[in-house]
Amino acid sequence: MHHVIIGTGPAGVSAAETLRRLNPGSKITMIGGEGEVPYSRMAIPYVLDGGIKEQGTHLRQDKGHYERLDIEVLAGPVTRIDAQHKLVELLGGSAVNYDKLLIAAGASPVKPPVPGLDLPGVHHCWTLGDMRVIEELAQSGEDVVLMGAGFIGSIILEALKKRGVNLTVVELGDRMVPRMLDETAGGLLKQWCIGHGVDVLTDTGIDRVEPDGERLSVHLTSGASLSARLLVVAAGVKPNTGFLTGSGIKVGRGIVVDAHQQTSLPDIYAAGDIVESHDISTGEVSVMAIQPVVVDHARVAATNMAGFKARYEGALAMNVLDTLGLITTSFGLWHGTGSGEQAMSLDAENYKYLRLEFDGDHLVGAQSLGLPEHVGVLRGLIQSRIDLGPWKQRLMANPHQLAAAYVACTNGVC
Amino acid sequence: MQKALAIDAGKCTGCKQCELACSFEHEGIFNVVRSRIRVFIFEEEARFVPYTCTQCDQAWCMQVCPVGAITSDPMSGVKSVNAATCVGCKVCTIACPFGTINYNAGSGKVEKCDLCGGDPACARECPTDAITFIDAGLAGYAKMQDWAARTDTAPQAAS
Repeated sequence: MHHVIIGTGPAGVSAAETLRRLNPGSKITMIGGEGEVPYSRMAIPYVLDGGIKEQGTHLRQDKGHYERLDIEVLAGPVTRIDAQHKLVELLGGSAVNYDKLLIAAGASPVKPPVPGLDLPGVHHCWTLGDMRVIEELAQSGEDVVLMGAGFIGSIILEALKKRGVNLTVVELGDRMVPRMLDETAGGLLKQWCIGHGVDVLTDTGIDRVEPDGERLSVHLTSGASLSARLLVVAAGVKPNTGFLTGSGIKVGRGIVVDAHQQTSLPDIYAAGDIVESHDISTGEVSVMAIQPVVVDHARVAATNMAGFKARYEGALAMNVLDTLGLITTSFGLWHGTGSGEQAMSLDAENYKYLRLEFDGDHLVGAQSLGLPEHVGVLRGLIQSRIDLGPWKQRLMANPHQLAAAYVACTNGVC
Repeated sequence: MQKALAIDAGKCTGCKQCELACSFEHEGIFNVVRSRIRVFIFEEEARFVPYTCTQCDQAWCMQVCPVGAITSDPMSGVKSVNAATCVGCKVCTIACPFGTINYNAGSGKVEKCDLCGGDPACARECPTDAITFIDAGLAGYAKMQDWAARTDTAPQAAS
């Protein structure tokens, strides 16, 4: 049995390790797309802020990890899947045969249609290659513009600020992280960043970018312009499904899979940021490019590839962000159901905010700002659909009792 | 034989010795805020519930860690954080549905119960045997494991 995995990010590596555990005698090959050792993009900001060395991003720190597990790592990228002959073609023309194939080729950053984004000095912060360029250009005291204050943008924001650059963040939305935080939390986060020396411009777009010698002239929709050495573009990501054209694999927003993570073709599975998931909160299908979803996909896909049964029951949206020391989280239907009840606690002066959203007797969504303790129970309360009983009224009166509510409801104190 | 913390909330008096012992064991100070075990006090019901990580099989914290900083000891089943590898991204703190792995802004790392390397201070110091350290099969974690299973979106293979 030869398992072939396209992609060497967290989904690919988790799947390879699961396959090795469940199918000790199989052959396992991972094919990377960037010519790097397997690594985690999520760790890149922590290299930029000096917290770790580049090696700290590597997926698995122990030396000889893949050799020891007898997992072969090849350099790709894969250019085509030939499902009929059960093989994948690599750049350069070589081919690899598979018995079972996992597509975990991830996502790529979106480049919005703004003139000038192809200029030197404009970069994404997505790959180790990008990171090395940004380390060069984002020196202390340099003028840097960041396009986008979404989830990824906000993580990069912190890393850039810690490098000591003069940072301006330009966000189209009316607040920071509009897909994760409401007006109150997103507004507080903006205020916090401004208080920490980052210029945050919301309701503002970049109209065009022009060269200015070694520098860039970044023209904003407001009419103002900024001079910068570096423009970092963090305007979202999209699944890397381009190479699947003509393969017969069904693609919607991402690769379409069944509950076993199998694609529309037999013996081909998919996992990670390239796949669309069933959102257990909304009932809708979307690409949820978050680490907890990615590793669940990988585990389910690999288990089925190994000949055992596992089902994926759907994804819960959840995010955590630490922006210059202010921790924000959001879970599930954080913006509410429209008809359910809501509990809110706000201490703007001390940057503390908690919002809970209920549907009947259940918690269905939550957001927190400045409240780092026991936040995981928000997942437990939402995903386990715990009947809150008397604790609903208690949470309505004081949402900060949520850890107590979880402990009480799971220990018969309700 | 794997051993586990067995918590009998009915015996807990809410004295918080366990919190002090945990804080001292891990941080060298007596400060309940720094404890990795917490006693929840329900005054209306006159109930006290000591609460910490159950070292669950699902180990969401370990599965989700993007840099492999959390490992499971094959002998004891303890999931522990390698502070040198942890980058402080906090994904584990939202992935753990029990809320028992938390971020320490002072160290910039996450921390959780590690059973004190095999001699948990909380159990040692509990004056009423509400917390004991016994064979895992007898520890009565079934209840919390049931809650773990209800949260599990990706059940393990029946291998």
